[in-house]
Amino acid sequence: MKLTKLSALVASTALCAPMAMAQDMADELTIVSWGGSYSASQKNAYHDPYTAMTGVKIINDESSAEAVAKLRAMNEAGNVTWDVVDVVASDAMRLCDEGLAEEIDHDADLAPAPDGTPASEDFGDLLVSECFVPQIVYSTTFGYRTDLVGDTPPTSVCAIFDLDAYPGKRSLQKRPIDNMEWALYCDGVAKDEIYDVLSTPEGVKRGLDKLGTIKDNVVWWSAGAETPQLLADGEVVMGSTYNGRLFSAIAEQNQPIAMLWDMQSFDLDGWIIPTGLSPERKARAMDYLRFATDTQRLADQAKYISYGPARASSAPLVGKHAELGIDMAPHMPTDPANATNVHIYDYEWWADNRDDLNAKFQAWLAK
Amino acid sequence: MTITPVENQTPGFVAAAAAASGAFFGLFIGTSQGSGLLGILIGAAIMAALGFALTAMLSKEKPIRWLLIAAFAVAGYGTGGLPAALLGGAAGWFAGWFIFWLATSRYRAHLAPYLTSGQVLWHYAFRVICGAIFTFLITPILVVMPLSFNAQDFFTFTPEMLRFDPAGYSLKHYRDFFGNQAWQDALWNSIRIAPMATVLSVTFGTLAAIGLSQPHVPFRRAIMAILISPMIVPLIISAAGMYFFYSRIGLQGTYMGVVMAHAALGIPFVIITVTATLVGFDRSLTRAAANMGADPVTTFFRVQMPLILPGVVSGGLFAFITSFDEVVVVMFVGSAGQKTLPWQMFIGLREQLSPTILAVATILVGISVLLLATLELLRRRSERLRGMSPG
Repeated sequence: MKLTKLSALVASTALCAPMAMAQDMADELTIVSWGGSYSASQKNAYHDPYTAMTGVKIINDESSAEAVAKLRAMNEAGNVTWDVVDVVASDAMRLCDEGLAEEIDHDADLAPAPDGTPASEDFGDLLVSECFVPQIVYSTTFGYRTDLVGDTPPTSVCAIFDLDAYPGKRSLQKRPIDNMEWALYCDGVAKDEIYDVLSTPEGVKRGLDKLGTIKDNVVWWSAGAETPQLLADGEVVMGSTYNGRLFSAIAEQNQPIAMLWDMQSFDLDGWIIPTGLSPERKARAMDYLRFATDTQRLADQAKYISYGPARASSAPLVGKHAELGIDMAPHMPTDPANATNVHIYDYEWWADNRDDLNAKFQAWLAK
Repeated sequence: MTITPVENQTPGFVAAAAAASGAFFGLFIGTSQGSGLLGILIGAAIMAALGFALTAMLSKEKPIRWLLIAAFAVAGYGTGGLPAALLGGAAGWFAGWFIFWLATSRYRAHLAPYLTSGQVLWHYAFRVICGAIFTFLITPILVVMPLSFNAQDFFTFTPEMLRFDPAGYSLKHYRDFFGNQAWQDALWNSIRIAPMATVLSVTFGTLAAIGLSQPHVPFRRAIMAILISPMIVPLIISAAGMYFFYSRIGLQGTYMGVVMAHAALGIPFVIITVTATLVGFDRSLTRAAANMGADPVTTFFRVQMPLILPGVVSGGLFAFITSFDEVVVVMFVGSAGQKTLPWQMFIGLREQLSPTILAVATILVGISVLLLATLELLRRRSERLRGMSPG
């Protein structure tokens, strides 16, 4: 009894606190994200409750794909129109290095876990940059058509390179990241030596040669929606994309597709706050950030899309899908059953080598 | 000069011409089934055989043609169900019509009798080429329409749709368009921006065209070139330039900013169409009006404007369509609060291939057709009223 009263009191003060400060905060927020079902999950889990609580009007801009370029242009023009921006971790690091994203004091600016664990411990290793607040763990992984693979569904990522067992087209992302690692792994390189091999010109050639064995059978994609569409059409037998897209094609749209979790490539997505905001807008953005990245909100998002919440304390709170009522935990990339063999993509290595390898990859593509 | 009479053809000629048409259609069907070459061979063989056989049975044309339709439809049904049966029926109708048309030399009946065979061939080849161009232009637009009634969330003709099963069709993407706040906001933004931009472009464009048609204006060509440049410079360059300029003067991300940017893009169309109609404008009419005591403003509205109106209206239509279809400039100059329909469609294509885009496209195509048809009707009506055409 006493406990309920206490928690009610805590809850009401928590609700009142932002209202009390509302005078010196902007009453409109422009939030930039990826669009599609991902933006919809953020709207349901973060935006709508925040608007209900504070009355702030939230405008969605689906420009995350070109966030880095646009933020540079805005900064140059001296007119930053975005308040909170959703970017992948590597983009956040670039923005942070260029001074385009605000540094965040994770313990002071973000809510602690319900048991009092400070935010920096709750997020743990996922705090890869001082400007970045991680939101989800997602993976780039493969889906395959269950009706086109015969009696032996693929269990290893190397099925991609096996044209004899799985004839037909496959779709891969039009970038070297992940594809080069998968190619070397399937060419017999041990997992922990992939980046050592890739650092040598021979290693790059070896990776491209391996990809060359299937080049004629690859459809290259650049938007996350393409692989689900190609799979639904039966244009490709298997293809890589973000795991949440595959989940929605499988569970929400009942397509004959199954997941291939082997060597899934983990990545992080989260928030940054651009530099150059007026004090009122920055205060509003920070207030939103504190709300949207607390333990419950991150767990709520997982009701709408199968991406793993970035806080350790959110994991036990992940429940069922909001409409389908299925348990979401087994569909998370971080679920132990799915994460038996994962590929940890090396941010730092790619930050140093991305431009160079990208040029080689594009030249190889054009050949 | 030789006169070619209309008489029945030899089986060899009919078989060869029919085989050519069979090869043409066989190429498309064969390619869709995996082997273009095989399609050409099979199509040519079937049509050649039919052509050869049917030339001997010219007296029974009607029953044979019905028989062909039925036979092709049944064959289609056997291979691919109801849709293939319809396609087969159409193919059967074509085969029967084409072979008898060839065999009885009906193709010459309406042409001058002195044409050589080469001229006759070209006469029909020209029509086939035009038809093919038309088909390739229009098919991509038509394909979108049935897909927008897809019951699934993909750009795919599902087996249910191909069977004409009602369960494969639904209006849910149309419901999504009318029920979804993001789409409705985008529609509303487009409706607010395009007419305003059109009004601005028509006003400034018409005035500029009239001014530039006066012989005494200095640097006419240079001014004209500058005003038309938004149409020639790649859009992305105008867009980037406008972005930096509008940011500095506080117009970036505002409704007026987008309207002005779109007006700048629309002005060249108005200038070009109005200048073209001004070429036929008799300048002594304005002098006559002035002579009778009309001031320049009255002259403009009572004499000049009615005569150049067709140019103004078609320029305005182009300006409206430019603003309504524009996606590059609005993404730079606008912010998320000015998201227009094309912008929303662009996001949808990139992030989520939802058939709602196709539903919107179908609605927009419908509106465009209505708009153009209305305009054409109005034009004919005004021509009739002015006695310019006999209809």
